[in-house]
Amino acid sequence: MSGERKLPPVTAMGMVALALVALAVIYLSAHLPEAVSVGPALALLGAAALVMLTAFVLLHKVEGFAWQRFYFIAARALLAYIVITGLILYVFLRNETSGAALWTLIAGLALFALDVPLLIGFTVARYAE
Amino acid sequence: MAQAAIPQTAPAGTPHAGGPPPGAPSIPDFEIVPRKGLPFVAVAIVVLVVGIALNELWGLLFLHVAAGAAWTIIDLFMGFVIGPILGKMSIPARIELTTRLMPKMVLIMPTVVGITLAAGWQVATKLETNLTSNPAHGWIVASYFIVAIMAVVALGLLEPANIAVLSELKKKQPNPANIEKLMKRFIYTSGITGLMQIATLIVMTKIASFP
Repeated sequence: MSGERKLPPVTAMGMVALALVALAVIYLSAHLPEAVSVGPALALLGAAALVMLTAFVLLHKVEGFAWQRFYFIAARALLAYIVITGLILYVFLRNETSGAALWTLIAGLALFALDVPLLIGFTVARYAE
Repeated sequence: MAQAAIPQTAPAGTPHAGGPPPGAPSIPDFEIVPRKGLPFVAVAIVVLVVGIALNELWGLLFLHVAAGAAWTIIDLFMGFVIGPILGKMSIPARIELTTRLMPKMVLIMPTVVGITLAAGWQVATKLETNLTSNPAHGWIVASYFIVAIMAVVALGLLEPANIAVLSELKKKQPNPANIEKLMKRFIYTSGITGLMQIATLIVMTKIASFP
């Protein structure tokens, strides 16, 4: 399987999604622990989810993509990123973040934990034989 | 990290019956994620969780400064010292260094980054520098943006490339073109990472200098 094969721009889309998630988390973190309106963060996370979903759908249309390799790598990366996002969530819980801000934060961390394995899985699987 | 790890040793399409091509440099056996390192990561995570639970300023500062310093120094050292040296090494030496060093980085970097960020947020909460009324708040928010830029570059480009290079080197016949393509990401992004780490040093010393 050659790296020259036409593939959707999953890396670029994944990075855009990652940037949107980061902006949403920055917006929340810049206001917490004070009261914060979650609207802008939700809009950014919605856009990130859309970009990630589009990347995944586009990738699914590629014939002969090494899905087995993709899922093998992505599953292991997901495990690692669940631990990392768990640590970040723990520190917010420790400081009594609650309500809409907490749920928005959880949504952001969940997207982060899915996006990085998508990027790693894609990068490895595109060169799989 | 710079340059491809292994060269094109045989013309494309040359059959080698499942083994490495004749004359190809040997690739040492390695684990992409070194299992022996996992207990150390677990201990680091436990220390972090305990540090945050105890919420003692010294412990939190120690975790934040130690892990943050490791993150900054490793990034700068890898990008500007090891990378250029690696590019000038012989191919077998380059392969040996890559297969010995990069799996360790798979464990070290996410651990130091996770500790830096989690302990850092707790320090900011304890010192109240994350309150919008605090004079250092602007610098704290600036640090979020710096971390975000580094995260997008590191997690979007570098970590996937690192895992993909190691996966390629695990193959019976690694494709040098694929490795070279992936390794170029390290060259293109080392400038951004270096710049962001210098910005981190400026922002963190600014925050520390607030009365």
